[in-house]
Amino acid sequence: MAIQPVKGLWWNEPLHRMELIWIFIAFLWGVVMFSAMIYWHIAGQQNLSNEAYRIDPEVFAAKAEAMTEQYQIGEEGDTGVPVVHPPPGSDVYMIARLWEWWPVLEFEKGQSYRLHLSSMDWQHGFSLQPVNINVQVHPNYDLVLTITPDEAGEYTVVCNEFCGIGHHTMVGKIRVVEKQ
Amino acid sequence: MSAGALEGALALPEEKYRVCPDTGLRVYAKAETLIKANAVVAVVFLAVGGLFGLLVALTRWPAVHLLPAEWFYTVLTAHGAAVLLFWVIFFEMAILYFASAVLLNCRLATPKFAWFGFILMVVGSLMATVAVLQGESSVMFTSYVPMKAAPHFYLGLILFAVGALVGCIVFFGTLVIAKEEKTYEGSVPLVTFGAITAAIIAVFTIASGAIILVPTFLWSVGYISNIDTLTYKLVWWAMGHSSQQINVSAHVAVWYAIAALVLGAKPLSEKVSRTAFLLYILFLQLASAHHLLAEPGISSEWKVFNTSYAIYLAVLGSMIHGMSLPGAIEAAQRRRGFNKGIFGWLRQAPWGNPAFSGMFMSLVLFGFLGGISGVVLGTEQINLLMHNTLYVPGHFHATVVAGTTLAFMAITYLVIPLIFRREVIWPAVARWQPYIFGIGVAGISLFMMGAGTLGVARRHWDITFSDSIFTFDYPGTAFLMMGLNGISAILAAIGGLMYVVVVVGSILFGKVRDEAAVKANPIVAPGGAVSAYGSEGTLKLPGTIVLVSVFFMAFVLYYFINWKFLSEVWPLS
Ligand code: HEM
Ligand SMILES: [Cu+2]
Ligand SMILES: [Cu+2]
Repeated sequence: MAIQPVKGLWWNEPLHRMELIWIFIAFLWGVVMFSAMIYWHIAGQQNLSNEAYRIDPEVFAAKAEAMTEQYQIGEEGDTGVPVVHPPPGSDVYMIARLWEWWPVLEFEKGQSYRLHLSSMDWQHGFSLQPVNINVQVHPNYDLVLTITPDEAGEYTVVCNEFCGIGHHTMVGKIRVVEKQ
Repeated sequence: MSAGALEGALALPEEKYRVCPDTGLRVYAKAETLIKANAVVAVVFLAVGGLFGLLVALTRWPAVHLLPAEWFYTVLTAHGAAVLLFWVIFFEMAILYFASAVLLNCRLATPKFAWFGFILMVVGSLMATVAVLQGESSVMFTSYVPMKAAPHFYLGLILFAVGALVGCIVFFGTLVIAKEEKTYEGSVPLVTFGAITAAIIAVFTIASGAIILVPTFLWSVGYISNIDTLTYKLVWWAMGHSSQQINVSAHVAVWYAIAALVLGAKPLSEKVSRTAFLLYILFLQLASAHHLLAEPGISSEWKVFNTSYAIYLAVLGSMIHGMSLPGAIEAAQRRRGFNKGIFGWLRQAPWGNPAFSGMFMSLVLFGFLGGISGVVLGTEQINLLMHNTLYVPGHFHATVVAGTTLAFMAITYLVIPLIFRREVIWPAVARWQPYIFGIGVAGISLFMMGAGTLGVARRHWDITFSDSIFTFDYPGTAFLMMGLNGISAILAAIGGLMYVVVVVGSILFGKVRDEAAVKANPIVAPGGAVSAYGSEGTLKLPGTIVLVSVFFMAFVLYYFINWKFLSEVWPLS
């Protein structure tokens, strides 16, 4: 019994055949799952970028503001939040701070953008809905994701890392329009 | 009456040890008292923490939306600490003392030092709980910097961890004494081996905890100006994830203990089961990586290797236990003559014994819900579909609640007669308790995972975003999931309450278990020894083959479905 000491050379006992087979299958399955991740890096289209830089929040904010000034096309409803339509292929910045995602971005369908994310204060969670892309946003780190929106429509950025009492109000927008 | 009875239950018997009439083991009074004290404090924290869990779940049910926002975040933080730290770890201390002193027939090393550890743990846990409830430390279970809690929150956690370390040292000391005084022959029992695994991992965990919590404490009082957010997460999870591996080792040991006590089950082979525990020790340290899959600036090579525990070798350990346990049970049952068909042994199992039913449900739910979802969630690329959504708490309620907590509840039904030496009162309540709790917890796990799959954020007070300048609606199904989650939470809370009532009632008012009761109502199954060690070679186990095949197919299917989901999101690199 498993609650009693075992005497003798238990490490020499023969294995149950079923155990051997199961260990073999389980091990192989581990190899398959391990290989699947590597395979996806070669053949898959959804791989998180590991591109990131250390950055001061002020420097990041300045870049986002410069981009906004240059490519602003209006304001989002009566919220006063600028809407920015950056050129395809360019570096695009979205600020995470208590408690907003700034500014609203407008992308063209089928084009790629280098989306930079960084926080001005605590950690935030970039959760793009309803696509369901979720990444962590840190202060002092500039995370770069190359994204290619493949469907037009309005998308929402929800914050899904707890960031204080206004966490549940932290919502942003990304709009995807047809190619222009 | 009640205070006197409690004292009676906790009081030191006169003699140094007694011989357990059920198992024939020597039980030393000092070890026994420490086991009782740790178990009682654990149950108190489960009662309080479980109530917090219910309040959180009812708040997340949009139609009920019980607590105001500030309270919600406070209670959620208190919930995580009270249950995952304090309930689980106090109970694990009891298990360590049981698996060393009791199972090895030995006195406990340095009982005074053990009490010192216990007091540190009590003071630390109370300090941290008070800090959270004061409202200035709503930093969630993970307390990610740069969000800051009150200094006594970190200090409480540090004291608690030091106390737990003391408990581990006493455990190892007891092993040494048992060896020196030759209180047992041969190798330690498998259950003790599992406990050793847990304790070794605990030492690693507490060391990581010290590396991260001490600087964080100094930062909270102003001696350190800045803590890097990524480094914090890496080290925090070296503690946070390893401690989950302690829980797994501990509850697997508990599974083996229950199967042995109730059915006389032996592992199919000692060698395989022990190697599986060894895999936990060797590979768990890597797992802190699967909490960093969505973080900036970490290479994919590092993520892939570590998140898979080097080609899934720790998962292999769990899959081995996942077959070895039902196999051991099937073999034991067939030896006892329940040999009809493929599943006769399972149908004829003691489903009315809450120790067995709780243990078996814990095994099944942990494997099917917790294990599969964990591997999927920890796949480098798939993680981005679920990171920080409700899928995450869905997954870990299947592991630490349906798995660990239910296993601990199950063994309590043996601890009450064997250690507290009381009859379980209200057997009917006890009989139903594991089912009600198990179904409730399976519900909260599944529905939170469902909502998470639809993108619903974790730790979020208002998924209607009514105070936001932008509007957004999650799909209607997500709201349905949150409602079903609330209903399941009520069920789980009822199951939890039944457990607390039965435990407290039995300890205070249960009939003292005398010689007659031991004869009339034996706890321990006669161990029908067929072969010297394992159950190898003795029997065919078709039922277990079917069970693991179903498990494997579910695993493979769900795994590839999620790759399919992933292939549908925006291309990104
Ligand atoms: C009646 C039983 C329980 C219910 C109804 C329940 C429910 C919940 C809910 C709804 C959440 C919040 C999810 C979110 O909004 O992010 C949560 C979080 C959590 N629960 Fe439970 N739970 C229960 C028992 C337990 C137990 C026994 C444990 C540990 C052994 C546990 C560990 C946790 C942890 C660690 C968190 C995360 C806290 C955080 O995000 O910081 N729960 N629970
Ligand atoms: Cu945020
Ligand atoms: Cu947030």
